[in-house]
Amino acid sequence: MTKKTGAEILWECLVREGVEVVFGLPGGAIMPVYDAMLYYPVHHVLVRHEQGAAHMADGYSRASGKVGVALTTSGPGATNLVTGIATAIMDSSPIVCITGQVHAHLIGGDAFQETDVTGITLPVTKHNFLVTSADEVAEVVREAFFIARSGRPGPVLIDICKNAQIEEVDFIYPEEVSLPGYQPPTHAPLEDLKRAAELIEQAERPVILAGHGVTMSDAVDSLRVFATKTQTPVAMTLLGLGAFPASDPLSLGMMGMHGEAYCNLAIQNADLLLAFGMRFDDRVTANLRTYAPRARKIHIEIDPSEVHKNVEVDVALIGDLNTVLIDLIPLVDEYDHEEWRAEIEDWRSESQARDILTWPDDGKLYTAHVIRNIWEATGGDAILTTGVGQHQMWSAQYYCFEKPNRLITSGGAGTMGFGLPATIGAWFAKPDHEIWLVDGDGSFQMTQAELSTAIQEGANIKIAIMNNNFLGMVRQWQEFFFESRYAGTPLIGPDFVKIAEAHGIPARRVTETTEVLPAIEFARQTDGPVLIDFRVEKEEAVYPMVPTGADLDKMIRRPIRKQPTAAD
Amino acid sequence: MQLTLIALVENKPGVLNRVASLFRRRNFNIESLNVGRTEKPDISRMTIVMENGNVDARKVEANLYKLVNVIDVQDVTNQPAVTRDLALIKVSAKSEQRAEIANLASIFRARIVDVAPDSVIVEITGTEDKIEGLVELLRPLGILEMVRTGQVAMMRGTASGVRYSPGANGFRETEQVAD
Ligand SMILES: Cc1ncc(C[n+]2csc(CCOP(=O)(O)OP(=O)(O)O)c2C)c(N)n1
Ligand SMILES: [Mg+2]
Repeated sequence: MTKKTGAEILWECLVREGVEVVFGLPGGAIMPVYDAMLYYPVHHVLVRHEQGAAHMADGYSRASGKVGVALTTSGPGATNLVTGIATAIMDSSPIVCITGQVHAHLIGGDAFQETDVTGITLPVTKHNFLVTSADEVAEVVREAFFIARSGRPGPVLIDICKNAQIEEVDFIYPEEVSLPGYQPPTHAPLEDLKRAAELIEQAERPVILAGHGVTMSDAVDSLRVFATKTQTPVAMTLLGLGAFPASDPLSLGMMGMHGEAYCNLAIQNADLLLAFGMRFDDRVTANLRTYAPRARKIHIEIDPSEVHKNVEVDVALIGDLNTVLIDLIPLVDEYDHEEWRAEIEDWRSESQARDILTWPDDGKLYTAHVIRNIWEATGGDAILTTGVGQHQMWSAQYYCFEKPNRLITSGGAGTMGFGLPATIGAWFAKPDHEIWLVDGDGSFQMTQAELSTAIQEGANIKIAIMNNNFLGMVRQWQEFFFESRYAGTPLIGPDFVKIAEAHGIPARRVTETTEVLPAIEFARQTDGPVLIDFRVEKEEAVYPMVPTGADLDKMIRRPIRKQPTAAD
Repeated sequence: MQLTLIALVENKPGVLNRVASLFRRRNFNIESLNVGRTEKPDISRMTIVMENGNVDARKVEANLYKLVNVIDVQDVTNQPAVTRDLALIKVSAKSEQRAEIANLASIFRARIVDVAPDSVIVEITGTEDKIEGLVELLRPLGILEMVRTGQVAMMRGTASGVRYSPGANGFRETEQVAD
């Protein structure tokens, strides 16, 4: 039998897991792993800050459906990952983070760059491992990938001691994983399915709530079949966008704090909610006491701890969403729900009258318009990544997603700075797909250092900064709830065009509405990264908005604008 | 009211920390948590007693299953289970009081396990109520120190506790859907 070092075994196992690219930055405690890397067919992307490595792995995973991998040294290298790991767990993103650790015999002695990384990441990982000897490596890597991608996916961290990287042991690849306590549910019991079918039969005003679970469990087709068969309107969470085509007449678009008004009204007036792979986050339910008061609830969910967590449900179908839907569809009849859909259509047309898209051109540059222009230019099929803030909500509202895995955004954690690195990660997953980052001036500056990663790797990504010189979303809250006292939100940014050019990235500034389309075309026609600095309206607000704690249908609406008349 | 749960977990370093961290994170208040070995060397057993203020057993079970090392969870609250707690109680006692303490102890089937010039240690095993009963009687004599293991529990006969989440682990077979 051939002897291999722990580092070699690590790469051997990564290759067998199908890993083709890792995002990382070396340091003392991980050097044997870096040294061994050169002999394996894995591309290493050097990040500029380890937070970027975790977000890149995350973006890679969301765009490809595969596990993304981040690699860092011990101590500060590892702690820099934490925001990225917390972001991944909130959005059930499967990533594996590999961190170096000091020699096993030094652990506990405050050695140079020793940090209790398994301790720090315990609450933000699905599982983590401390590897103290080389003969554990193969089994741990196997288990880590299995745990990360199965069940409800999530981040897993492997902290590997330096001696475990260096020691030579016999390499035996474990074909099977044995995890007696880890058996994710698949099918839901037949009696529960029948009960669900009964509730569906009795419903007159049903609404489907489609979450991230729909795309994660590959249930997009099953959802379409179910919704069409039962003529049930489909509301989506932020991460559920794309699970159901926006152009389908049954689509209600996004629900929640900045959801469509007609969508929220439909939920509040429903008599049955069918929650598919979503978790009733406070950003979608608003006030729980008054949430969908007349609706019975069916919850299909793979993680039992999400059931009855925020909302008590009448039937819980615990299992893999796609499997459960395939079992459920034959048990339900065809329905029409014509009256209910007509009622929703009335709400929809009322909403459309307030839509900023119906405003005549007043010469001002609105983010919503820019995003709509990007949507048109890209045929609605680009992968769109975002930062966090107003631009993120406008992206969700105005880039109408027809297909899954097109919107890549930090939902549960709302991590500013996610955008640029996640975009680079997505590009490695889908190098031939058109990829646009719609970022805020605040969010962008948090991980702007990765511009040099983008240029080093020649990533063909298009960066559109919605530059409003504000931490806009916080400013909006200040405007609405703190009498417009703008504490700590005005932002004097750098000249983003010069920043891009300093990296060798072609860039343009857009200040007039007439420049929008040519700039988008310029970005699309130029190979490699391009940056456009859109100087948008500074004090626009995202509508509708449900204030925190308010009822879901008590939305602040966009004021209706008078159409200009001949006299104006 | 209190909830009592039994959890079987993999006997690996850090598992207790994972459980404790989960409970803290989810804001579950532990009354007592006992961990020990079982008949199988690779499995440890926890008996968890908690106040059910804002949680129910179903929620605790579902959260425990999020931990990869947790193999099985049963709710034995109000079930035909034997539950026992062990207490060592050091009572201030001059020689003339020893007989009285020995008397009380024998009523409770407790034992005196150490005698020092000014104190004795009483060992008692039993349900919470029984131990509380003895403690109240010893208190006037002067309790110098007390330690309790927290409860351990075991179902009688072949009965098992309640398992809520079907399919959450391999221990409860879920009904397969007929085609
Ligand atoms: C790391 C981090 N810090 C703080 C916040 C709070 N926060 C939410 S939105 C926002 C403003 C974002 O500003 P910008 O990126 O410019 O986007 P805009 O809202 O202006 O479109 C802030 C500060 C956050 N979500 N993430
Ligand atoms: Mg901004």
